[in-house]
Amino acid sequence: MNDALDVALRLLIVFVVFLTFPLIVGQTEHKVMAHMQGRLGPMYAGGFHGWAQLVADGVKFAQKEDIVPAGADRRIFQLAPAVALLPYLLVLLAIPIGPGEGAVGQVLDAGIFFVLAVMGVGVLGSLMAGWASANKFSLLGGLRTAAQLLAYELPMLLTAASVAMAAGTVSLPGILDAFHWWWLPWQIVGAIVFFVAGLAELQRPPFDMPVADSEIIFGAYTEYTGLRFALFLLAEYAGIVVLCGLTTVLFLGGWHGPWGADGLGWVWTLLKTALLAFVVIWLRVTYPRLREDQLQKLSWTLLVPLSLAQIALTGIVKVVFLQ
Amino acid sequence: MTLAATAATATAPLAAAHTHGFLSPTGVEISFLLVGLVTFGAALVTVATKQLVHAALWLVVALGGIAVEYLLLTAEFIAWVQVLIYVGSVVVLLLFGLMLTKAPIGRSPDADSGNRWAALTVAVAAAAALVWVVVDAFRATWTDLDGPAAGSTAVTGASLFQNWVLPFEALSVLLLAALVGAIVLSRKSKAESSSPPVNSRPATGSSPSVPDSRNHTIGRKGAVEGNGPAAPNNPTEQEGAR
Repeated sequence: MNDALDVALRLLIVFVVFLTFPLIVGQTEHKVMAHMQGRLGPMYAGGFHGWAQLVADGVKFAQKEDIVPAGADRRIFQLAPAVALLPYLLVLLAIPIGPGEGAVGQVLDAGIFFVLAVMGVGVLGSLMAGWASANKFSLLGGLRTAAQLLAYELPMLLTAASVAMAAGTVSLPGILDAFHWWWLPWQIVGAIVFFVAGLAELQRPPFDMPVADSEIIFGAYTEYTGLRFALFLLAEYAGIVVLCGLTTVLFLGGWHGPWGADGLGWVWTLLKTALLAFVVIWLRVTYPRLREDQLQKLSWTLLVPLSLAQIALTGIVKVVFLQ
Repeated sequence: MTLAATAATATAPLAAAHTHGFLSPTGVEISFLLVGLVTFGAALVTVATKQLVHAALWLVVALGGIAVEYLLLTAEFIAWVQVLIYVGSVVVLLLFGLMLTKAPIGRSPDADSGNRWAALTVAVAAAAALVWVVVDAFRATWTDLDGPAAGSTAVTGASLFQNWVLPFEALSVLLLAALVGAIVLSRKSKAESSSPPVNSRPATGSSPSVPDSRNHTIGRKGAVEGNGPAAPNNPTEQEGAR
């Protein structure tokens, strides 16, 4: 009975994190963008600093009529938001937040593989949405999504493999147990490649060609309204949380910190994750959108060679200095 | 092929369960059978449906079902690799190809094959052969599902790089050859079709100088050809006139 209670409690906590953290990131994005771009709109709702903007958004989404286009493939159209969102919930289960067995939803032996595999499944949701909408802009968005995933999955896997080589394990808590501070300069190239490739996989600016609003309206999500559209947005923000959490765990040492690793390890994890989430928002405000060919070129001619070089470096250091 | 493979996974444990104790199957065995049935059904629909994209999506269910079967057999590493490679990459590539070429919503009447009976015969024969081989080869092999995971990453890696390292390396060389071949093919076709420069059209945007530039064009035309109005099939001019 105690075991069942333990499992239920873990699932509940992960679920609550899944429901709240993406919203926090969304609210932060409103505010940070408003400050950086001098926008007044997001600062208005509710009075003080526009605190109610997110609530207003939620109410707006809930009120809208749920429309399925006449020519659409109804069932797949309606299923797509769930397929896009659920993988991130599963990934959250595997991300350790503090030291020990107690601070992770479920200890997985092949954690890295699980995380990357399930994240890749989320893109199927965008593909299904793009195809089932019966809209050429949606289809174009779906195609761009698929092309982007195929290009950026490889550097992401390679850099994750580099960390796994360094740690000698593919379990996420195991990687954190093996972490030392000098891994940071050792794996910094891999960290940047992983983060950039993750951004591209989430279709965040400057990699938002699949949803480029000035040319294909909103890509695969063009025909969606109301709550289903909100679910896609939620998937994007959950993706930010997952990506930042993963980068923290794999490259930035997770719960390791200059002090207080025992009791306050989870604070370090959250701090690093929040910092990375801020960088994600910052990048959105700063950089213009990359063109489709620039996107592909960046991945194949820069990120893949860099990640291969990182793997070579990891191997050399591991063999020459550590054994 | 998927049909045959899933048929094998679906029916092989059935035979095993009979010898193991027919009246007291464990929970894992029951869920293995149920997932196997779902996988089998999804594979059948994949082959039988007349909607192309639906077939690809049912293939996701079938491949995911196989991953769950691996998990139930404590082969965690293989399960996640299955999801990563097949669901995450191969099916995405498949959908990409479908959407690029032909992916109508609704039924495609020409998706039906004329030789369905031959295909069915081959599929059943392949399934029977696979089931027979698997059952015959692993008749006396048991996986202890209660003990330590038999397919953990450490165990899989050790057996892969100690016992099976030669086939592993041979396969990687094969994949490398395929990679090099793909690059060679794509470079060759690129060299043959030397495409004209894309942006050869002069930029006559919506700037205030549009009428001005049109006048210039007409003037130049008139000067060169010497007979009144400009040629009507000049694309630059039509662009400017709009």
